[in-house]
Amino acid sequence: MNKDLRSELRTKYAINAIVMFAVITLAAISFTVGAFALAPQFQAALLWIVLFFSASSGLPRVFIKEEESKTVNALKLSSSPLGVFLGKLMFNLILLLILASIIVPLFIALMGVNIKGLALFVLIVVLGLLGLSGASTIVAAIVAKAATKGTLFAVLAFPILLPLLITTISATDYAMGGGTITGGFSHIQILVSYIGIMLTISILLFEFVWQE
Amino acid sequence: MIQLQVIELSKTFQRRKVFENISFSLRDCDSLVITGPNGSGKTTLLRLLCGFIRPTSGQIIYSEQGHNLSWRQVRQRLGWVAAELVLYEELTAIENLNFFAKVRGLSHTTADSKRLLSMMALERCGNDPVASYSAGMKQRLKFAFALLPEPEILLLDEPSSNLDEEGRRLLDSIIEQQKQRGLLLVATNDPREVHYGETLLQLGAGDVSNNEQRFTF
Repeated sequence: MNKDLRSELRTKYAINAIVMFAVITLAAISFTVGAFALAPQFQAALLWIVLFFSASSGLPRVFIKEEESKTVNALKLSSSPLGVFLGKLMFNLILLLILASIIVPLFIALMGVNIKGLALFVLIVVLGLLGLSGASTIVAAIVAKAATKGTLFAVLAFPILLPLLITTISATDYAMGGGTITGGFSHIQILVSYIGIMLTISILLFEFVWQE
Repeated sequence: MIQLQVIELSKTFQRRKVFENISFSLRDCDSLVITGPNGSGKTTLLRLLCGFIRPTSGQIIYSEQGHNLSWRQVRQRLGWVAAELVLYEELTAIENLNFFAKVRGLSHTTADSKRLLSMMALERCGNDPVASYSAGMKQRLKFAFALLPEPEILLLDEPSSNLDEEGRRLLDSIIEQQKQRGLLLVATNDPREVHYGETLLQLGAGDVSNNEQRFTF
């Protein structure tokens, strides 16, 4: 992970794509619907759509970059598949946390969002990003092997991320309306289960994806 | 000491047979040179021996004292130099070596990386990004990478590519050291490199039945 962060700081390979995409999408949304007082349900949906598509523009690059620059061979020779997966997962999570720390405050300011249940909101965003990075990392590893990588990530990731998106949108809506952690416990349970299942499957599958 | 057994190995990419029924075995400090025209499968054979790709049929068995080794165990003791080996261009040579030593689980320090770079006459540019290296310097750095684990198996694909005379002398010394340490396999078309091995495996292009000619010096 340290190597990925150092490499990213020097090349800005993923962060530029993610942040630029997120800011442009956010600006477009705020210009078109910013003047209207949207219901929390729509605001929550828009927030997660921005986060999902911004992530789609940058997260697959962790593996695509290794394949395209052919450094994948040296990595395969030197590292265990589990070590590679966990390193890339942590890198993607940090990237998403940086993205969220920029996008979420901007979204709140531009869209005039009033968050009444802040503790639950923060928890849902963190769990949502963890789920997003977990699912995105394994899909990114699969996509990196494909000949046509361009739009494949969004297509493959969407059905896998759909349960996560539905839950996070619903929980964010609840938090914006003043929901508490106790009241949103069922949402938290679903998110924690999703993350657990996704990480377990990813760790089991990754070695096959990585070696072939 | 590690032993390598290759049994009736065949590789086909889609419809193209690269080679078929290659068999050989190496033990102790044996060395093998693989030659053949372009497209005969020299690089593919080395990639198979690294475990990067799977054979269409046949077996590759690495063993030690009668016990078969897993690919993970093999890779920890294997060094590989090839055109397809690329290190991180945005990192410096020292950062590359430190990173790969760390992920290999080696007890390795920056001083060890500097010593390896000094061995390859790259000590002055250890803190420069690899992107700024010439092709010959990158080739030398690949040797430093391959020697990180003090490999018991060293696979070299066209090892003298881009090397100058001094680089070739370094290569000769690496080859001599490896012959004391373990197995050596060299894939080459360069007549000057044929003497690196005690045994020669000649692969044939197109005519896959012509693969098994072996000459022992």
